[in-house]
Amino acid sequence: MAAPRAPLHLVMPVWNRGTRGIRGLSRAVALEGSQKKGRSLLQFLADRFYDVQALREYLLQKQVLKVHQKNRPFTYIKERFGPHAAGAYFILKQGGAVKFQGKEWIRSDAHGHFSLDFLKFQAVPVEAVNASGCAINYQGLDSLLALKELRSLWLQRCPHVDDWCLGRLHPLANSLQELSLAGCPRISERGLASLHHLQNLRRLDISDLHAVSNPGLTRILVEEMLPSCQVLGADWAQGLPSGPDEQSQDKASPIPA
Amino acid sequence: MLRRALQLGLGRGLLGRRLGTHRGGSTLGKVEGSGGYRGSWVAPVSSYVTFRTRDPAHDGKTVGRLGEGDQNGKMSEIKKKIQSVLPGGAWNPPYDTSYLPPEHSDVVIVGGGVIGLSVAYWLKRLEKPRGAIRVLVVERDHTYSQASTALSVGGIRQQFSVPENIQLSLFSVEFLRNINEYLAVVDDPPLDIQFNPSGYLLLASEKGAAVMESNVKVQRQEGAKVCLMSPEQLRNKFPWINTEGVALASYGMEYEGWFDPWCLLQGLRRKVQSMGVLFCHGEVTRFVSSSSHTETTSGEEVTLKRIHEVHVKIDRSLEYQPVECALVINAAGAWSGQIAELAGVGKGPPGTLQGTKLPVERRKRYVYLWHCPQGPGLETPFVVDASGAYFRREGLGNNYLGGCSPTEEEEPDPGNLEVDHDFFQDKVWPPLAQRVPAFETLKVRSAWAGYYDYNTFDQNGVVGPHPLVVNMYFATGFSGHGLQQAPAVGRAVAEMVLDGHFQTINLNPFHFSRFYLGEKVQEHNII
Repeated sequence: MAAPRAPLHLVMPVWNRGTRGIRGLSRAVALEGSQKKGRSLLQFLADRFYDVQALREYLLQKQVLKVHQKNRPFTYIKERFGPHAAGAYFILKQGGAVKFQGKEWIRSDAHGHFSLDFLKFQAVPVEAVNASGCAINYQGLDSLLALKELRSLWLQRCPHVDDWCLGRLHPLANSLQELSLAGCPRISERGLASLHHLQNLRRLDISDLHAVSNPGLTRILVEEMLPSCQVLGADWAQGLPSGPDEQSQDKASPIPA
Repeated sequence: MLRRALQLGLGRGLLGRRLGTHRGGSTLGKVEGSGGYRGSWVAPVSSYVTFRTRDPAHDGKTVGRLGEGDQNGKMSEIKKKIQSVLPGGAWNPPYDTSYLPPEHSDVVIVGGGVIGLSVAYWLKRLEKPRGAIRVLVVERDHTYSQASTALSVGGIRQQFSVPENIQLSLFSVEFLRNINEYLAVVDDPPLDIQFNPSGYLLLASEKGAAVMESNVKVQRQEGAKVCLMSPEQLRNKFPWINTEGVALASYGMEYEGWFDPWCLLQGLRRKVQSMGVLFCHGEVTRFVSSSSHTETTSGEEVTLKRIHEVHVKIDRSLEYQPVECALVINAAGAWSGQIAELAGVGKGPPGTLQGTKLPVERRKRYVYLWHCPQGPGLETPFVVDASGAYFRREGLGNNYLGGCSPTEEEEPDPGNLEVDHDFFQDKVWPPLAQRVPAFETLKVRSAWAGYYDYNTFDQNGVVGPHPLVVNMYFATGFSGHGLQQAPAVGRAVAEMVLDGHFQTINLNPFHFSRFYLGEKVQEHNII
């Protein structure tokens, strides 16, 4: 019923960047020694004082609002420079990289600054987006879905991309050829089921998905669902008991074209 | 009136001095009285023995009363009062009363399923200031063994014909998407409702194609992402479908699918307990109300009733506790009709407003789980055939859940939840096997039955106050789509209670008076 605790290890470093003490909120993070004592004192206080509980709830809400703020739509840029420029600006602001058709990869530097030259490319579509590690969520996908000629989308290790977001990718079905979801802690096989809209997909990377209960079987089912797509990552023998060989051979799926 | 107001006022102000927890028998939630403390910090008493203190100025009613022997009860009441007033006598009853509900509660919600808990959640969330409203949820069965929520197939869709239903469902799905922001409890792990965003596929024959098109237009207007498919498109997309007899199909692309209703229920329960809602494990047996006669503008005599007390009978005991309340919310699901009768709804000459009963009765529905190794793949949506039979995938192992709503003549007896396996053989399997040829070979693994709180009038929910019993609010009668509308209905009822009118979604068409006026809000897409 509740999400497995392991995936939150990936999430907590992003959420708790720069926070400590009272702001570390989830019990699921393993702590050692003195931090553990501090946590139980806080829990003790929150159980007894409504004020402390309200304060902790407020801080939790603030963290959530921070993610929302990062995913706000840039409507002015969209109206002025077009959806491709708005999408590129959004991704660069989050810390990802963008590649326009015929141009090089544009990336923000360590301080988060990037050049605004791409605003001059009025009608040049965005071809590839690398949003690995960015805090992009369901709302933020608005900006990405406007990129109608996107060929390759990398969403590796994004902590807020979940099954709901995958259900939203169908407008990109005409152009999307490569999708990478490696390491996203919230994606499960239920979200992968909604990828069947993307019939032009040629490469799909589903390695390292901790929330998928049965990676080998999931890979087989995804391969059956997308016959012309090469599915990477999950080895279909993963999760099978090390038994006789004929058992695994029966499960072998046809090699995709 | 003034005395009662004073009592209520005093009662609330005394919460800071009460030592006991008012958990009333629920075993979930925190132990250190998160629901019971207000204001000053008092040393927590161990939950093994809890006592309640009462202020001497409080009008002492007895803590619990037995069902019979009221005369003897009065004498012992007076004796107890005298003993307590004398020095040395404590106001504490000498036994543990934590299983009893409180004596006063602002809102009593009858029924602790997903609708009742959703109303409780939104009441506590929308109240101003924090802690203003005391809410009590009375649930007869803590195991939820017969509750519609737990036995539900768990689908959520926006493909309805009534615009209000579409709006309710859209709001609810947004709630589910952000469930960890709404129902976050500090220090507890986040909820995973296991949502499958696979969509619904509704198939229509020649007869129903025009209706389906107009429905899809309404759905698109409200913002649902639904697309229409012709039989060839259907065959291309889902090669395992046999499109013979299908003229049109509507497919929900986003925000439709199915999820785990038990997780939603437990999440709501946990959050609602952390917000201070009290739970009572008991059954409502009686409403004590008062009537007043007034005249309408046209000179007719009207009798308005007001419920003052709810008698909650404790499970497996004859003991009951009268709970003085300001509002009662009927969220009893399949049993709402009985609760409404207790309150006097429908007691009058037929054809009048007094004589209009709540037309919600319980209907039994079967769900079967089968295994089909060659069945449709991972992308299978929730398929609803034109004949009414439906199925969906369950998990990774080629298991499928499905069923069919019986016609009026074949309605099974709702007295128990026994499963009729012949129903599958005769009514569910043939249409599904015709639609999906792979289902010719399947093996039924298990089956269960659950109740619909079926609204015999127009199969849509009843939301809002009763026109004559002025402080009873209904949130029931959803006929199989209650789970997917629960968060939105909860918010609507809370807005009605707190503001007097609906704010986010206008549910005036779902008012009780439509049963008297005969205005049906017919929902065509009932599964």
